[in-house]
Amino acid sequence: MEDAAFWVLAVLAVAAGAAVFVVDSMARATFALLASFLCVGAELLLIDLHYLGVLVVLMMIMEMLVMAVFMVMYMMNPAGLMPMTMMHNARGAAGISVALFAALAAGIFAVPWPERAGRPPRDPTFALGESIMGPKMLVMMVIGIAILATMIAAVVLATHRGRYGDDA
Amino acid sequence: MTLETFLLLAAALFCVGLFGALSQQSVVMLMMGLELMINGVVVAAAGFWFWVSPGLPDGQVLVLVAITVMALEMAMGFAVVTALFRARDVDMTDDAGDLKG
Repeated sequence: MEDAAFWVLAVLAVAAGAAVFVVDSMARATFALLASFLCVGAELLLIDLHYLGVLVVLMMIMEMLVMAVFMVMYMMNPAGLMPMTMMHNARGAAGISVALFAALAAGIFAVPWPERAGRPPRDPTFALGESIMGPKMLVMMVIGIAILATMIAAVVLATHRGRYGDDA
Repeated sequence: MTLETFLLLAAALFCVGLFGALSQQSVVMLMMGLELMINGVVVAAAGFWFWVSPGLPDGQVLVLVAITVMALEMAMGFAVVTALFRARDVDMTDDAGDLKG
């Protein structure tokens, strides 16, 4: 049952990911990307990562709704009214991607992965919370500072006066 | 469901994202490719946590970092695109070659 769910979600995630670059409207592309993220969130739920799975689902819904607004702003082909290609050097990019996928797949099946060490905790969320508030607190602090820096930098970049002030 | 199949899914997502990041003309679409690549990283980190060392929370912390990176990348990307568009009316990668060379 879980195997079937995994494969269905995996195929959906990759198909939705590919659809992002196939559909001819950037708004549709945003929702295709959202579908891909939702499938990945569900995959995390399958391996007991309940908190992280739900976090991915909730965060990506919000993120993609914000993204949809920007997509409409920068849309190259509004409502399919101006058909045009959004790609350059598609063949080269496809070649590189397929070659990389073949290399990664070969590596995945060739590498002798280590044995499983330990067992999943009864409550992975509790373990995660305890570690980011304990031994891994530095990670949490760096994330916090990074988010703060991003908020300030994004506002500075996006305001009308820009990076160099009014007279630039 | 094994580690291999999970990593295969991660590799597929990463490569689809790489194709987008390399081939798209619009800076915003390029960012969607980057998001898909980080999506692959999330899947791989979660798979490693579950099948290699589920006893330690390190893998989960890595997933948390990757999700944060995803959100920050989008915020900064849109800020840069907006600044670029304001300054030069440009939203295509081909026209934004200032750092080239």
